[in-house]
Amino acid sequence: MGEISLNELEARADAAGIDLSQIDLDSIQLPPGDDFGIISDDEDVYQEEQMDFDYGLGNTIVVDNLPVVPKEKFDKLEGVVRKIYSQIGVIKEDGLWMPVDPDTHKTLGYCFIEYNTPQEAELAKEKTNGYKLDRAHIFAVNMIEDFNRFMKVPDEWAPPEIRPYVPGENLQNWLTDEKARDQFVIRAGSDTEVFWNDARHLKPDPVYKRAYWTESYVQWSPLGTYLATVHRQGAAVWGGASTFNRLMRYAHPQVKLIDFSPGEKYLVTYSSHEPSNPRDANRVVINIFDVRTGKAMRDFKGSADEFAIGGTGGVAGVSWPVFKWGGGKDDKYFAKIGKNMISVYETESFSLVDKKSLKAESVVDFSWSPTDPILALFVPELGGGNQPARVSLIQIPSKEELRQKNLFSVSDCKLYWQSNGDYLAVKVDRYTKTKKSTYTGFELFRIKERDIPIEVLELDNKNDKIIAFAWEPKGHRFAVIHGDSPRPDVSFYSMRSAHNTGRVSKLTTLKGKQANALFWSPSGRYIILAGLKGFNGQLEFYNVDELETMATAEHFTATDIEWDPTGRYVATSVTSVHHEMENGFNIWSFNGKLLYRILKDHFFQFLWRPRPPSFLSPEKEEEIAKNLKKYSKKYEAEDQDVSLLLSEQDREKRRMLKDEWEKWVSEWKRLHEEEKLLRLMLRDGEASDEEEEYEAKEVEVEELLDVSEEVLFEFGQE
Amino acid sequence: MRPILMKGHERPLTFLKYNREGDLLFSCAKDHNPTVWFADNGERLGTYRGHNGAVWCCDVSRDSMQLITASADQSVKLWNVQTGAQLYTFSFNSPARSVDFSVGDKLAVITTDPFMGVTSAINVKRIADDPSQQSGESVLTITGPAGRINRAVWGPLNRTIISAGEDCVVRIWDSETGKLLKESEPEVGHKKPISSLTKSADGSHFLTGSLDKSAKLWDSRTLTLIKNYTTERPVNAVTMSPLLDHVVLGGGQDASSVTTTDHRAGKFEAKFYDKILQEEIGGVKGHFGPINALAFNPDGKSFSSGGEDGYVRLHHFDPDYFNIKI
Repeated sequence: MGEISLNELEARADAAGIDLSQIDLDSIQLPPGDDFGIISDDEDVYQEEQMDFDYGLGNTIVVDNLPVVPKEKFDKLEGVVRKIYSQIGVIKEDGLWMPVDPDTHKTLGYCFIEYNTPQEAELAKEKTNGYKLDRAHIFAVNMIEDFNRFMKVPDEWAPPEIRPYVPGENLQNWLTDEKARDQFVIRAGSDTEVFWNDARHLKPDPVYKRAYWTESYVQWSPLGTYLATVHRQGAAVWGGASTFNRLMRYAHPQVKLIDFSPGEKYLVTYSSHEPSNPRDANRVVINIFDVRTGKAMRDFKGSADEFAIGGTGGVAGVSWPVFKWGGGKDDKYFAKIGKNMISVYETESFSLVDKKSLKAESVVDFSWSPTDPILALFVPELGGGNQPARVSLIQIPSKEELRQKNLFSVSDCKLYWQSNGDYLAVKVDRYTKTKKSTYTGFELFRIKERDIPIEVLELDNKNDKIIAFAWEPKGHRFAVIHGDSPRPDVSFYSMRSAHNTGRVSKLTTLKGKQANALFWSPSGRYIILAGLKGFNGQLEFYNVDELETMATAEHFTATDIEWDPTGRYVATSVTSVHHEMENGFNIWSFNGKLLYRILKDHFFQFLWRPRPPSFLSPEKEEEIAKNLKKYSKKYEAEDQDVSLLLSEQDREKRRMLKDEWEKWVSEWKRLHEEEKLLRLMLRDGEASDEEEEYEAKEVEVEELLDVSEEVLFEFGQE
Repeated sequence: MRPILMKGHERPLTFLKYNREGDLLFSCAKDHNPTVWFADNGERLGTYRGHNGAVWCCDVSRDSMQLITASADQSVKLWNVQTGAQLYTFSFNSPARSVDFSVGDKLAVITTDPFMGVTSAINVKRIADDPSQQSGESVLTITGPAGRINRAVWGPLNRTIISAGEDCVVRIWDSETGKLLKESEPEVGHKKPISSLTKSADGSHFLTGSLDKSAKLWDSRTLTLIKNYTTERPVNAVTMSPLLDHVVLGGGQDASSVTTTDHRAGKFEAKFYDKILQEEIGGVKGHFGPINALAFNPDGKSFSSGGEDGYVRLHHFDPDYFNIKI
């Protein structure tokens, strides 16, 4: 339901014959559990987190441990306090009150300060709590509201009530689907919907739908257990066996961005707030929550500048995610880049590893190995080229440098990890001798081999621009789009060559492809060469094992492509970010057959539900791949049943539609005949009604489907 | 067969109409001159000069003698088809949007737009046998629907008037009393303004096209929704084959956003649907602007489309067309 202006409301009420002034709106009671699609403002407000912005004492702090001074020194002390606290925000007029003992006329060692906004008060509390005025006077600053809370603490400890154990839902239930289907979530208009991808029936099968589920976007957790939503008051995660129940909430007012750790143990939330002083940078708040318990593990607060070093883009200068997670699925470490350093934290204590950041002069980029606690970082050229650029690999927590490579006349580097952490490709842009242009090469690190050998790879044509680069997931191959924009080339390389596993070799180059993005199947082997946006949604489904194109297709103006987690299907979508025409998504088979197409206006998001990694050992997987025929027999039979059923249903439906139509036509014919005389009269007796007659033409078409000859024994020939 | 491109209008096309024999094609455009063409080879026969505004709609009498045109210059004119002479001018105080001759050509239904405080209206005029006896009096005036009434046509035996327009509702009125008889239900009806309405050859059913990206087929007598055709773009024009069970939808995105997107984005295609199964069977591309007008030749062997691009494209079907099977 959209917002209704008062005028419209009145007009509507008028139309329905309702006198609005006679209605007591407060008397309207909705049945519990049903909101008729009306979102209540207070439903989701966290009671314990409720903040009073406009009234109450939210903007007042109490400063304790002030010196106790006699009357003569009162003004001086007040001056000092005022000076300290007016640096942080605007103190209200008469907002500073330092009580005095009526008998001794000495101060009491504390004062109250009222700010204009609660944010300023909060900031003052943060900044000056523990402030050392001198050795004897260390400020203790509290919000006055907190005092009420502290006062209520009972004197005697009472044991907390032990709640009975309630078994939780099976959050992995969706993985047990009999037909082994995958789920996806879409957001269109105000609705968020979860579907099964029922490729056999060529349609999505609805699971759950909810209007206004999120205020900005939704996100699956990396293993697919949770669906996260973003609200004004914080983030929430949903999941469960059959329906999506709310499992946990994470209070974070004005949250804008969220990010899960790879093992989905932690949730990072981010918000940015307008500063009270417009000259300051935005204030950034980042919280890290334990996903299961909802406990806030650590918060980071500061000005946006502190979080905006390195990286590009993002919201308000902050590149998201601010914290990159390392150490594989154990969620052991996370790190952020700072000025001349990388701060690596560990999740056991949520503090810095070795209590200090990793020094790295002028570092601009870093990334974690997807599987191991290894950091790769890039430091650009310094001192006008006197000090070369550097890529180094650093082991955490030892902070030992595993490998380092110096690079000369470098303009930029990009780091690409292969998904198993076996290889690291560094795309290096170098200046030509004249320094007027750049050319590109690759440095390939073999992480898992002894001493981490590095190989240099240059393209056949050094001057080609690199448009896209992608590793084959879990594989040893990578694809590069290079060349000039309208029709660039696509090349495939392998980290192994025929005789030598330690040498990179080129597999093939495809000339003149309309592609600007690469999408490998998550199981490798297949890749989509896509021309998104400017290239109008050209798709080429390519088999890298056989080095052949399986299919070419087009999803006009496609903006996004995502493989399902099994690599069986691909979704291409047109979201309304770019334009409103033909919003919706297509589902394709891995080999480029269009299975179905759904159009949705105001289409924002399409996300496959991720699956956790398979429990099968690599040996077992190989065995299945070898004996695929045996395993697939059962599914083939099922497929056939379904397709027979479908065509049967289809025929039935068509027959019904035809019959229904025939009924209408015969009725019209009858009426037309009946009205013939009247019509003639309207035309002054002009009789030529013939062209309106129905021409019932029976057209018989004979099609030769099959010819077979059989020789029959003539009778008695035996 | 290759389409015949007819470039005679300087502004976007608004309406197309074949005469009963199917030898003449009348076209209306936002330039002020309705034009008549040979429907066979696309040769221009002549124009009807006299309007001072965009011409939105026209109809031709059964004997192909009289043409009636509705224009934004707040007038509806009767013309001699053969000579191009103006026979009569009906004046209104707001732009005229659509016209339709009754069975027998003795009445015409004219819709006028809301304009400067005047509400939209459906007007019925008596058409005199002898143009010199023609009077401007309305036999009946119906008001009520909000917004523009984009089309009003006669129901079977002239007993009803069927109207559709910006308020997304299809209505059937008594043509004697002006009483509202039937109204399409909001649940089954269009969700956005209805841009076009075309009757079947015998008037038993009609097709409406809407900006809600769908076209719907209704029974003319009961206003029962019979079929629904959904497409990917707003529908500006609809027509149906008198010969085969095909309907054609034309449209495209808003004219205002055409220049900002690739010409393929709008896909200014005339889309063919199976009338019974409601499935798309094909499309005819060619226009480089949205399609505003569609008309089938009464013989069912050719059709023409008029676009925002100012062209009329005349398509004669290949023999294959008559064997399409789905």
